[in-house]
Amino acid sequence: MSVTDQDKIRCEEVIAHLLQYLDGEIDGEKRAEIDRHLEHCRGCYSRAEFERLLRRKVAALGDEPAPPALQRRLKALMEEF
Amino acid sequence: MTAPWPGTPGRWEAGAIHARFAPCLAQRPAMTLSSDRAFFSAEIERLAGRLYGTALRLTHNPADAEDLVAETVTKAWAALPKLADRNCFEKWAFRILANTYISNRRRPCEVTAATAAEEDAQGQFSLFDRLHQPFLLWWGNPEQELLNKLLREDIERALAALPDDYRTVVVLVEMQGQSYAEAAEILSVPLGTVRSRLSRARSLLQRALWEHARAAGLLPHAHRREHVRD
Repeated sequence: MSVTDQDKIRCEEVIAHLLQYLDGEIDGEKRAEIDRHLEHCRGCYSRAEFERLLRRKVAALGDEPAPPALQRRLKALMEEF
Repeated sequence: MTAPWPGTPGRWEAGAIHARFAPCLAQRPAMTLSSDRAFFSAEIERLAGRLYGTALRLTHNPADAEDLVAETVTKAWAALPKLADRNCFEKWAFRILANTYISNRRRPCEVTAATAAEEDAQGQFSLFDRLHQPFLLWWGNPEQELLNKLLREDIERALAALPDDYRTVVVLVEMQGQSYAEAAEILSVPLGTVRSRLSRARSLLQRALWEHARAAGLLPHAHRREHVRD
């Protein structure tokens, strides 16, 4: 745990809100508090980085080369539009 | 075609689509139609890989994924005049894809109460916590080491193993970048349900990756010794 005088928020609270924070679901003062905490706390920063990298790997699964058959099919569709 | 995606061969082939959407396409003025076509073609060409990849994660089947993309593209073209801000095209197209997948599912694939209760009883699983047990903290950067070793197919398998409702919410939020509120609207469920499904989905996903890492010998040496003692 690493709490500085500037921190109004503790590690436990950051961890509890971390996934929503990374999803962009926390705004305003709470987000600013977590931002400040992550600047000072190596443990929470490492955890946040790990979760960011893992979700980047998950998100990358949503990108595949479109198969040639699909490309031809889409081209045929758009010629009809 | 395989469950849960009930594809209908021929339904989304070019000729069938033309007949289905001809009335709304015919209403566009010629100049608008021409600029619409240019914009739409460029956007679909740009997004084709991501639309297909997302469809593949949802359907688990390449043929079904292609059908889903074709249906999405057709619906998007028909609805394009209703899109007020074309800067939002990408997110809008992915919403159509998700909505189409959900509405075409043969039946709702609801997570059983037993599955949810079991996951809740085990508590939120954190891969980071597993890799950072206090007596192992001397071990450099175990989480980075594991992330480097995990292959795309390892994560793909863990995602595919999630119950359909859980996987869908991960696809909406993590792949498509939809907000919780947008995901709730697409899925027609309360916001709290999106939060709980996402939380359980991530827990299950990380648990599956941990178990795979153990089985495949991907963990740092100290972790492997620890589990010999288990």
